[in-house]
Amino acid sequence: MRPDTPKYKTSDEVDFVIVGSGAAGGIMAKELSTNGFRVVVLEQGPYLTEADFVHDEIKIINEDLLTNKPKLQPTSFRKTPNEKAKPQRALVYGRCVGGTSVHFTANFWRFHEIDFVERSKVGPVPGADLRDWPITYADLEPYYTKVEWEIGVSGLAGASPFDPPRSKPYPMPPLPVKGSGVIFERAARKLGWHPFPAPMAILSQPRAGRSACVNCGFCLAFGCEVGAKSSSLAAAIPVAEKTRRCEIRPNSYVHRIETDSNGRAIGAVYFDEKRNTHLQKAKAVIVCANGAETPRLLLLSTNKQFPNGLANSSGIVGKYLMLNSGGVATGVFEDQLNDYKGFAVSRVLHDFYELDKEKVGFYGGGGMDARFDMTPVSFALGSLPPGTPSWGKGFKDTLANNFTRTMELFGHGTSLPVETNSFSLDPDLKDAWGLPALCLTYKDHPDDVKLSNWLSQRALELLDAAGAKQKWAPTIGEQQFAVHLLGTCRMGTDPKTSVINSDHRTHDIKNLFLCDGSSLVTSGRGQPTMTIEALSFRAADRITALAKRGEIT
Amino acid sequence: MNENLSRRNFLSRGSAAASAVWLSAHWPAIVAAAEHAHQAAKSAAPAKLQFFSSDQAAEIDAITARIIPSDDTPGAHEAGVVYFIDRALTTFAVDDQKTYRDGLPGLQARAHELFPVLEKFSLATPEQQDKILHSFDSHAAGGRGMYRAGNVSSFFETVRVHTIVGFLVDPDAGRGGNRDGVGWKLIGRDRDHMFQPPFGYYDKDYAGWQPNPPDPEKTKA
Repeated sequence: MRPDTPKYKTSDEVDFVIVGSGAAGGIMAKELSTNGFRVVVLEQGPYLTEADFVHDEIKIINEDLLTNKPKLQPTSFRKTPNEKAKPQRALVYGRCVGGTSVHFTANFWRFHEIDFVERSKVGPVPGADLRDWPITYADLEPYYTKVEWEIGVSGLAGASPFDPPRSKPYPMPPLPVKGSGVIFERAARKLGWHPFPAPMAILSQPRAGRSACVNCGFCLAFGCEVGAKSSSLAAAIPVAEKTRRCEIRPNSYVHRIETDSNGRAIGAVYFDEKRNTHLQKAKAVIVCANGAETPRLLLLSTNKQFPNGLANSSGIVGKYLMLNSGGVATGVFEDQLNDYKGFAVSRVLHDFYELDKEKVGFYGGGGMDARFDMTPVSFALGSLPPGTPSWGKGFKDTLANNFTRTMELFGHGTSLPVETNSFSLDPDLKDAWGLPALCLTYKDHPDDVKLSNWLSQRALELLDAAGAKQKWAPTIGEQQFAVHLLGTCRMGTDPKTSVINSDHRTHDIKNLFLCDGSSLVTSGRGQPTMTIEALSFRAADRITALAKRGEIT
Repeated sequence: MNENLSRRNFLSRGSAAASAVWLSAHWPAIVAAAEHAHQAAKSAAPAKLQFFSSDQAAEIDAITARIIPSDDTPGAHEAGVVYFIDRALTTFAVDDQKTYRDGLPGLQARAHELFPVLEKFSLATPEQQDKILHSFDSHAAGGRGMYRAGNVSSFFETVRVHTIVGFLVDPDAGRGGNRDGVGWKLIGRDRDHMFQPPFGYYDKDYAGWQPNPPDPEKTKA
């Protein structure tokens, strides 16, 4: 039962208005309201609950129940800034209370030490602007631990020899191993690699009034009906609401951050469900709308002082977008795995986390997991071996045999920060509210494509060692669809090459903070949400300290 | 169709297989799952045509029956796919109405062109029907993709995708497809929405986690 939460007037200047209620926004709301502040969270999507989370693939995948709505929110794509962008579905993100954390896979690796200091370690990479973070792994470690304990991560400490140091074990044992995990573990060890139980933001035991995972088999892309997936909706927002200082205001589409003549943010302007406009006043604004909508909001909020977008004196808001690279291979086995049962991933390896550039011929690194994340429909439409008839008896027989006997290997890797890869405002295309649509400009750095295909080859090698009856891997080309949305308002010490400082405060505006995937300086190895959440816990600490010292307003 | 998913059955099936500890730990989940099944049962579709005429439905049914044929196991016909499509065209796939309206006469024309004596696709032999459909078929299998309305341009490709969705959609989603769960039965997808390990052949004899070698050489490619 949700507690009665405050209903703040828009004219009531609350301490913080937070834009977005996802991985970062949910934790920010929990932390700041727990620390005694009055908080309004503006979420553009609806407030859905567990009762709304069905296994209807049409509702989830076809009607975008949990995600952005392409019909209302069209997008465009181009490879380089010289081209005219074409209208095209270009990204997916969570659009409901809890954001993308409602439907994610829940792979929750920490970043390693290398991710924060890679530029110093590997040197410059031509065609990219690789930089060190202004914080290190050691700075973030306590907050990774907070994510594991307060949000809920299952895993086994010390199981991977490549793991960075940690101050505490996981609060719960790993989820059970799946058939894909057993196959992966045995084959990886044959090859001299070091598989380990996947750290997952899914409860393996009941915890904090939430149920443990019941292995229903509709996980990635779906919301969890029993609250076992550690989304912001299940794990953070209820805590924020319990303080009775936090109001979650759904169906509130923020499209402008308002500033006064002193260049200070005074609140967030949004459309309500009926498209009436309101200004929610606040002492400070924290944008947690992730790597596409956060820069878009800044670019939409132009004023005299910032004609190119709020807090954009650097001109890099929206730029250096990183989507993560990745390879995939699929295998079919003799006996039934029934891998559709359960969550997606039960085994991972990090042997390729830091590849030697001189040996492999490209910059980068990655992790690999064993998974099955398809629903019956998506499997039938996309996961049968190449050359299978697309209808008729041959199709039916292969489908009948393969659904329970198939597994996938996913490689997840680095993306380099390239200035021209970006989210910007499309000059022509408008959304249903008449505002400029998002334009994705993206062309993978050549090293990212090489890494993806290198990871696919390792995945095939593993399937071979595992004795797969059949295996295949598509050649990975340049991406033109965004899921991970990283680096577009990156953190740094130099206001010319970054948008926020290490407190997540924008260099340009004292009471405007950004915290989400856009804050990342490097891409990590493909599993960003854990780090986004750790950053949010840390940012909330920093912001609390600044506010208590009177240094925000 | 949902009696086998009633709350009572959920619980008794659970208790037959699970320890009391497991059951009590999962109690909220079990109630939620049972509630989900109950909701689905209430919204199950009646087998009544809303978009197609009965003649049109017979033709569409015949096409779906070649896409997923019936042999010693049920196919699209037994799964009631034509009713799923009929309902889809007045709900989530309303944009595809024109594709069907224009496509079906085109198909009949093609049938007549290839086999002049044929008056209707549905009256052709299975071999003739396959020949007619192959003349439309330009789809290559493979690749990772998901169904989206409007992405499939040709009539046959639209019917193909709708047939697969109607055959495999959650039978308890209230969409009128996958009647009696025959699609899931074919592919081996258990109709339950709660499972306990071991899940299959490979994890049933898993001996438990054994640590990696304590001081491994940190392998670099």
